[in-house]
Amino acid sequence: MALLPARLRVEKIMKNSVEIKNLDLQFGSVKVLQDLNLDIGKGEFLVLLGSSGCGKSTLLNCIAGLLDVSGGQIHINDRNVTWAEPSDRGIGMVFQSYALYPQMTVEGNLSFGLKNAKLPKPEIAKRIKQASEVLQIEPLLKRKPAALSGGQRQRVAIGRALVRDVDVFLFDEPLSNLDAKLRADLRVEIKRLHHKLQNTMIYVTHDQIEAMTLADRIAIMRGGQIMQLGSPAEIYGRPINKYVADFIGSPSMNFLDGHVENGTFEVGDLSIPLDGYEFVDASATDGPATMGIRPEHVVTGELVESAPFQVNVEVNLIEPTGSDTLVDCEVAGHHFRVRMDGQSRVSVGEKLRLGFAPTRASLFDANTELRL
Amino acid sequence: MTDTSLTPLTGPQGPKPRKSFSRRNIFLYGTLITITLFYALPLYVMFVTSLKGMPEIRLGNIFSPPLEVTFQPWVKAWSQACTGLTCNGLSTGFWNSVQITIPSVILSIIIASVNGYALSNWKFKGADAFFTILIFGAFIPYQVMLYPIVIMLREIGLYGSLGGLVLVHTVFGMPILTLLFRNYFTSLPEELFKAARVDGAGFWAIYTKIMVPMSLPIFTVAVILQVTGIWNDFLFGVVYTSPDNYPMTVSLNNIVNSTQGVKEYNVNMAATILTGLVPLSIYFVSGRLFVRGIAAGAVKG
Ligand SMILES: Nc1ncnc2c1ncn2[C@@H]1O[C@H](COP(=O)(O)OP(=O)(O)OP(=O)(O)O)[C@@H](O)[C@H]1O
Ligand SMILES: [Mg+2]
Repeated sequence: MALLPARLRVEKIMKNSVEIKNLDLQFGSVKVLQDLNLDIGKGEFLVLLGSSGCGKSTLLNCIAGLLDVSGGQIHINDRNVTWAEPSDRGIGMVFQSYALYPQMTVEGNLSFGLKNAKLPKPEIAKRIKQASEVLQIEPLLKRKPAALSGGQRQRVAIGRALVRDVDVFLFDEPLSNLDAKLRADLRVEIKRLHHKLQNTMIYVTHDQIEAMTLADRIAIMRGGQIMQLGSPAEIYGRPINKYVADFIGSPSMNFLDGHVENGTFEVGDLSIPLDGYEFVDASATDGPATMGIRPEHVVTGELVESAPFQVNVEVNLIEPTGSDTLVDCEVAGHHFRVRMDGQSRVSVGEKLRLGFAPTRASLFDANTELRL
Repeated sequence: MTDTSLTPLTGPQGPKPRKSFSRRNIFLYGTLITITLFYALPLYVMFVTSLKGMPEIRLGNIFSPPLEVTFQPWVKAWSQACTGLTCNGLSTGFWNSVQITIPSVILSIIIASVNGYALSNWKFKGADAFFTILIFGAFIPYQVMLYPIVIMLREIGLYGSLGGLVLVHTVFGMPILTLLFRNYFTSLPEELFKAARVDGAGFWAIYTKIMVPMSLPIFTVAVILQVTGIWNDFLFGVVYTSPDNYPMTVSLNNIVNSTQGVKEYNVNMAATILTGLVPLSIYFVSGRLFVRGIAAGAVKG
């Protein structure tokens, strides 16, 4: 080992936990996953985010070994598990519908996998004790799943993955059957669990708040492919294309269709200076483009004076949400939304002066929709 | 603000009143009562007749209750009535039927449930084709296969034995039972099956520990279906067994249709009721189980 160059040694330690290589999956003639590559580091919390039907569950099932892949490889902990049984892959899985065995008690549910693995009784008891302490389900051990609330059931389902003492956890929309409050609570609990256990977690969701709060990295999926893979800040701040920009953020991004000309963005009779905008490709040429500005990046009131670009609008509609107030208006013939403080007093028909910084905006090519 | 507790409510309030003699109710209960009579009356006539002596029956009052209750016809039907040459009553047929029904029901349900489980959860290559062929089997009239099966049974040396008949019943129960089980297992949440696989359970472990315990209602349905079907079978019993092994239905037929002597209506009635007693009790016993099974299997969420 001592002979290895330092850099190589580091790589050895930083090995990936899960590696997906050129993965293909098709149901009959329908290609659901196409040539998908994804490396997930040890202890990483990766969130798969995408709209319904984009193949998130399918990918997770492939990793778990519940679906036979049509092509490519899956490695878990440096072992090629492409053909391995789900139970031999060193994974635990939590399902959306909890999938607790209804005729077994909570204890029976937790011990089922361990009994199948022929673990000695004292070991089983020890693991159940540990898991139920971590998840605070000790008083429920003798109950049947039917006698549990939704949150308790999901906790037991997580416990079932926990007792298996595995390195990789797979979650398929574990919180989407719960009400909003419980979802927020359990979300925090999952995050805490991850801090404590430090194992790899792959988490499927279509709730972006969940994705942003939990993830180390987010993979945005669409049509069986990964569109963008990056930290939540990257995904939010520098979306790679218009789809991702539109998908992430609520309320969604405002788009202005115009064109880039000599370092300004021209839309209608406005021209927005692009000083300080970080182009992906420094030699980007002029041409038709779309500018995206998040409603929360638009400023009003005194702050406007310091903004590099300013424009006057008329308020069309107000949507108060309590903490914020969303204001609908029109900029250069485009529908435009602005997020203001919930305290601010605005009324329909009022004139408003807006300002924003092009450095926080995103520019996309009008044809390819890729980030400029 | 007005104080609503002071001003009494007017207009419709509380539960909606229902007329007990609406046209709808009369029609509904009328139909139900007619149908009940249609089914219950013959049973009543059979029962009272079986408790009468022959002299009383000859009076011809079929609806009147017995003046003098006698259980002699029941005893005779069970142990003395003549079928052709032998006079052992229904008892031989009864035990034959028991020996036919129990293994056939158990075998066919075990095989069909495993089939249905494999077809719904372990999609193997050609599973759909296999299923289609199996279902097609349900639509082939039995009569077509009657004679070929005689030859097959003869070739494997089971013709005329109880074993042969058990085999035939098991095979013929397969299509409809497999369909029943497959559809039931398909309706169970797929994630449960996936969770069990992640937990390291194999084909048989998932079947015995997860699927079967969740399937009491469908097993009850299958038992009712098979017990009544096999117990009531006449055709296969006549064709595939020898007189020593005739099931109860065939014995009953032989008693009722025996041509010697006078027609003993009371014995015939008693024999018929005796033969029908097994399916009847299955309904009573498992009917309640069935309802309880459905209630127990209902896990919300
Ligand atoms: N057994 C199957 N046979 C054929 N097509 C399937 C099958 N299972 C899934 N698909 C298709 O594969 C695509 C991806 O499905 P998948 O369940 O992975 O979506 P998802 O991203 O998990 O969506 P959701 O957010 O709704 O759960 C869908 O278009 C679906 O119609
Ligand atoms: Mg899904």
